[in-house]
Amino acid sequence: MNIHEYQAKAVLKRFGISTPSGILANTVAEAVAAAHDLGGDIWVVKAQIHAGGRGKAGGVRLCRSIEEVEQSASALLGATLVTHQTGSEGKQVHKIYIEQGVDIAHEYYLSLLVDREAEAVAFVVSPAGGMDIEQVAATAPEQIHSRAVDAGTGLVDADYAAMIDGLGLTGRAAKAFPVLADALYRAFTESDCSLLELNPLIETGAGELIALDAKMAIDDNALYRQPDLAALRDTDEEDPRETEAVQFGLNYIALDGRIGCMVNGAGLAMGTMDIIQLKGDRPANFLDVGGGVTVDAVCEAFKLLFSDRHVKAVLVNIFGGIVRCDLISLGLLEAIKTHPMRVPVIMRLVGTNEELGKQIIRDAGLDVRWATDLDQAAELAVAAAGES
Amino acid sequence: MSVLLDKQTRVICQGFTGKQGSFHSQQMIEYGTTFVGGVTPGKGGQTHLNRPVFDSVADAVAKEGAEATVIFVPPRFAAAAIIEAATAGIRLIACITEGIPVQDMLAVKRQLAAFDCTLIGPNCPGIITPGEAKIGIMPGHIHLPGRVGVISRSGTLTYEAVEQLSQTGLGQSTCIGMGGDPIHGMNFIDALRLFELDEQTEGVVMIGEIGGADEEHAAAFIRDHVSKPVVAFIAGATAPAGKRMGHAGAIISGGKGTAEAKFNALEEAGVSVEHNPTLLGKRMQALLA
Repeated sequence: MNIHEYQAKAVLKRFGISTPSGILANTVAEAVAAAHDLGGDIWVVKAQIHAGGRGKAGGVRLCRSIEEVEQSASALLGATLVTHQTGSEGKQVHKIYIEQGVDIAHEYYLSLLVDREAEAVAFVVSPAGGMDIEQVAATAPEQIHSRAVDAGTGLVDADYAAMIDGLGLTGRAAKAFPVLADALYRAFTESDCSLLELNPLIETGAGELIALDAKMAIDDNALYRQPDLAALRDTDEEDPRETEAVQFGLNYIALDGRIGCMVNGAGLAMGTMDIIQLKGDRPANFLDVGGGVTVDAVCEAFKLLFSDRHVKAVLVNIFGGIVRCDLISLGLLEAIKTHPMRVPVIMRLVGTNEELGKQIIRDAGLDVRWATDLDQAAELAVAAAGES
Repeated sequence: MSVLLDKQTRVICQGFTGKQGSFHSQQMIEYGTTFVGGVTPGKGGQTHLNRPVFDSVADAVAKEGAEATVIFVPPRFAAAAIIEAATAGIRLIACITEGIPVQDMLAVKRQLAAFDCTLIGPNCPGIITPGEAKIGIMPGHIHLPGRVGVISRSGTLTYEAVEQLSQTGLGQSTCIGMGGDPIHGMNFIDALRLFELDEQTEGVVMIGEIGGADEEHAAAFIRDHVSKPVVAFIAGATAPAGKRMGHAGAIISGGKGTAEAKFNALEEAGVSVEHNPTLLGKRMQALLA
């Protein structure tokens, strides 16, 4: 689960990490009041959306007067920002964060993540801060340094030294770094983060290290023990179909193709998407109904697929182990009461209660196209999508 | 022969009396697994599915000689359950539980290093040696005792491959689902090492997916150390970037993590890569003909 910059900075402050003074605003008037309260003569108005690349998209504006703060606020609130991480439809700005300007001497990149190979929390640092780090990785990988932390000992002197060297810190900033690194490590582990990224981390003219930007993602599996962080979920930032699917325990991701997919299991769901592409078409979604699925959830899943205007055919691929095939059929019957089957449905049902599942569909007289295996199912779906 | 699990392996279940534990324990018993009991704290001394219930894994080891366990306990207690099993001397731990916090798994992996045991999973279907025993949730009837080892990060996609191997008559020696979590126990290399040494196994089907670099490491291992034919599929060639992997997560492994990179690494290592997940059985059949 991602949280906003202003929320991440509030978390960092609790761990003693320096961030610029800032105030959240939902309206232009609040933004102007915030600038007055913060004082000074330079402010930064920052759009709060869950996507990187805001700066390039005009979502971060430097203002040298209260009038400029007012203009920036009214330009950003309600506007739709398109960055390389939002997709072409962009994201609407509902909140802005007003910060005091900071004297920037150097910009660095620093992030913490779970390194799967080292099976440890790792720091990734680079002197190339404030830029798109993926681009740095592609063009100048030697500027990126990774350091896995031994959880048994926590950060040790060699870790600090390696990162200070990797960042190129000197003087006061180098001295301040170990305390900052410890605080970041604590913030990451104690908040069950899956990602904590400061891009940039800045050094001021006086040698202080400040988190100028902050991006934080929380491990969804750990939200049960992070109630304060779980409460920060902003459903405005999520695809409404994905939000709805989550409520029914479905794992749904919208894609841009035209064949709707319903599958049990994440691997088989991806495999089904892949074979659709091999057969020359594109999947409209990833949908794993999961092992503990109910008739209601299956019904909801069918409604999601039938109400998606891009969907020209629906491919159901169930290899029932825990999931019972009859339950899938019952879900379909329930869904068509309110959402008619407006596109061809191709079904491949194998495994637990397979015959019962097929019988339910036949008894209801539904015009479903049956496939005996996944290869045939994909071919039928691609052909059906081409008919419309 | 087979790997890790056979008819003689004495198996218990942690989370035995819960809904999932009960259902799947019954299935394991019906499959013919030597299933000697289960653990549910506070219910020691009772009988469930005609098997004894113990308060702790240590009790099950002392009284029934348990050597393998399958874990169905809820996510928040699963890490402790794994450590309890390892501490009690269990040598094979299959953790089915989905949704364990990654910080918990980091701690588990660090502690497990002190024990001589194999962890499969979490968030996995488990392990089966067809015709002998199964520890997990896979549908037993699709399997056929045979010649091919299967190692996979996916559950249902494994069933797909297993069914194809059964239909071609090749069958399976042992099938291992290593699970879909970023931090997990057994990996491709551990399984490939066992399959390479196993006389019954003539070839290996491996099923990977996007994210991490397990497949790339497996490719290097296969190139240098595996003499048997390997057929591989990677799920997620059409998956969008950044949806499941964190933004910075893609950086540390550079170009690694995409299906394309994994397919390429495996192909360069001499693996028979297959882009159509419905042709894995036929591909292996051609290699073993």
